[in-house]
Amino acid sequence: MQHRRWVTPIAVIGVLAMVAAACSKSSSTTSAASGGAVDCTTVQFGCVDVPAGAPIQIGTLLSVSGDNANLGQDSLYGVQLALDYLDKTFDGKNGQIDGHDVQLQNEDDKCSSEGGQAGSTKLAANTQIVAVIGTSCSGAALGVADATLGDKGIVLFSPSNTNPALTAPGTHNPFYFRTAHNDAIQGAVVVDFATQQLSAKTAATIHDETPYTEGLTTVFGQDFTAAGGTITDAEAINSADSDFKPVLTKIAQNAPDVIYMPDYTAQCALLLQQAKQIPQLANTTMIGSDGCFSSDFIKLAGSAINGSYFSSPDLSAFSNADFYKNDFLPAYQKLAGSAPLSAFHAHAFDAVNILVQAIESVAIKNSDGSLSIPRSALRDAIQNTTDFPGIVTNYTCSSTGDCATTVVIGVYKSPNLPIEGGKGDGKPVFSETKTLASALGTSSS
Amino acid sequence: MANMTGVQPAPAAAASLNRYARLPWRRIIQIALAIGITLFVVVGSFRTLQSNTYDASTWKDFVILGVAQGGIYALIALGYTLVYGVLRMINFAHGEVFMFGAFGSYFFATAYASSGFLNRNPVVALAIIFLVAMLVSCSVALLLERVAYRPLRNAPRLVPLITAIGASLFLQNTAFGLWGPQARAYPVPNILSGDQTWTILGITMQRIQVVVILTAIIAVACLSLFVSKTKAGRSIRAVAQDREIASLMGIDVDRTIMLTFALGGLLAGVAGVQFGMTFGQVHPYIGFVPGIAAFTASVLGGIGSIAGAALGGLILGLLESVGPPLLLTGFHIPSPFQLKPVITFSVLVLVLIFRPGGILGSDEPDKV
Repeated sequence: MQHRRWVTPIAVIGVLAMVAAACSKSSSTTSAASGGAVDCTTVQFGCVDVPAGAPIQIGTLLSVSGDNANLGQDSLYGVQLALDYLDKTFDGKNGQIDGHDVQLQNEDDKCSSEGGQAGSTKLAANTQIVAVIGTSCSGAALGVADATLGDKGIVLFSPSNTNPALTAPGTHNPFYFRTAHNDAIQGAVVVDFATQQLSAKTAATIHDETPYTEGLTTVFGQDFTAAGGTITDAEAINSADSDFKPVLTKIAQNAPDVIYMPDYTAQCALLLQQAKQIPQLANTTMIGSDGCFSSDFIKLAGSAINGSYFSSPDLSAFSNADFYKNDFLPAYQKLAGSAPLSAFHAHAFDAVNILVQAIESVAIKNSDGSLSIPRSALRDAIQNTTDFPGIVTNYTCSSTGDCATTVVIGVYKSPNLPIEGGKGDGKPVFSETKTLASALGTSSS
Repeated sequence: MANMTGVQPAPAAAASLNRYARLPWRRIIQIALAIGITLFVVVGSFRTLQSNTYDASTWKDFVILGVAQGGIYALIALGYTLVYGVLRMINFAHGEVFMFGAFGSYFFATAYASSGFLNRNPVVALAIIFLVAMLVSCSVALLLERVAYRPLRNAPRLVPLITAIGASLFLQNTAFGLWGPQARAYPVPNILSGDQTWTILGITMQRIQVVVILTAIIAVACLSLFVSKTKAGRSIRAVAQDREIASLMGIDVDRTIMLTFALGGLLAGVAGVQFGMTFGQVHPYIGFVPGIAAFTASVLGGIGSIAGAALGGLILGLLESVGPPLLLTGFHIPSPFQLKPVITFSVLVLVLIFRPGGILGSDEPDKV
């Protein structure tokens, strides 16, 4: 046991070295900090230290491959346009934050919990990531990416997650925010439309077991029953399947006035087509939601799309509609080479802008040109966002991460849809402004 | 009908008998399980029928839908069964062979649809579309055999199995890279479109369903005849029984194996077009679920047996559409179709417990 003799001295030297290193670092930061209020060594989750001349790194975790690539790609364009617009012009060149360039690390949420897990783990491993824009699909965030990133104090800011559970007390992760509307709002508007405009008394719902669709059908079911209607069937399908006629045949047995099927593009098209082939459903109106929307939806569904309705953020009621139409859309078309692929590019643009404003308000400029961004303070700054003028709406973040607290949802009648191939002026047949508080009130009653 | 797995090896059978003799509790559990499930099925069905939730025409619809879906499963399942018969290998990439057939014909179908040829001359156009799909699927299957499986012919059996899974992912991602992730609308000629029906023996069916069912019947009949009556079919059976002896008898084993892959590919191509026309869309992932379902069907029916694949496909299709409402509605389970996979895979597990070789297969205790 000769070597034992060396263990104690080495350990002592090691500890001293670490203490020295820590002290030197903290002293340099605190002395140089402009605000001086935050001590990066003691504050929870620490700071992101961006060296002089190095870029600020922001992650994206969007569904850029697979069936739902359009949804994620659309948001990614929104993020890229926001970076372009940091210098207040769409010139194809990225602007800067506090004199630092911005660099994106793009990961794929694959629109699944597995993808969300893999992508968020990769992003969390990069200590330079300040915040992450994502996820595209609620299932990739709920209990997966929000937890992985939240544990490290990294803000996850979603442009298109709409599942109510993500911002419900108890399941909300403090580091999770979104600019997308809570589906409690969208579901409530769809119910208002179905009961007031279509005079629907009976309805069936179909979800595909993913949080997005299940959340919407649950809200719809609660609000529709509360409005005096009857849910005849609450069914579920497997999103990888193609044959939904047995389910529809079962639903047709009760011939409901309305079938609410808020799914993703391919399944929406299949459900619409197969419903048309069932004679007992001839008088049933199909209603979907924004998940159905992507540039190829109309082509895919063919003539079966006629006469059905879809709810979505009302693009024509954006609070900044002129900027959207005259500046944003042309820049989008230039970048993407096509019309918008999905409905959440503006939400992504707004999310980045809220994030950038928060970074600018908390970042500590050190004398050596480096930047320290305290993670907890960044979270609090986003949390305190009040009346931030975005494209979609004026954002005020709720205590559970919902930043879009007043939302205009439109219901569109096919084929007059606000997506590629839509016929008509792209204006909704029904539009309603709802606050989050009132929507949560109705869904819980 | 031909059963290609041939005679079971005697020692294996003896071993399995021994196992039963030594462990009677195993048998007891099996019987208890059987009684429990029979009870569940009988009570569930009885209560559903008693509750009168569905009328007769709805049941008829469920059955037709099941049979039509079973037809597509059967066509794909034949490919699994043929390859398993000669190589004792599960060709997990077969779902992708099917997908490529659907995609290959998609481009022709779209061109014909936009030029108007598809509706002006539907029979000729359909014939060409089917031929193209069969050709594409057949080529992919042959290529797969040559590149991925032949070099591993004498490797341990686990190796080609893993290769098959790898090949499946490779083909899926190739299609993804070539054509992108989005679903594409598969053009359907007006004569087969969803609202066109035929009434046969008082039963009104969609035309495409009639076509699917007829094709499946014809394919199974032709394949059985081919395997049992022709010289090439005899060589397939010989290779299936014993590859080495067959080669000693002057049979070109390589060519015979290629022939089985080609046959499987042709049928997968047919299934691909029918899938496209039934559901109106194709994307790079359409092979996965039908592939798994057809694999399940062929195991259910008895892998290696042609009639078994057809029967398995039919049973699986029916289970998927009739099973959930019949068995679960009686127990007031809210969304019965959500439990569709539970029902189909419970049936698969049960069949394998009692007949490891499948319904029409030999009882060879053969594991993949």
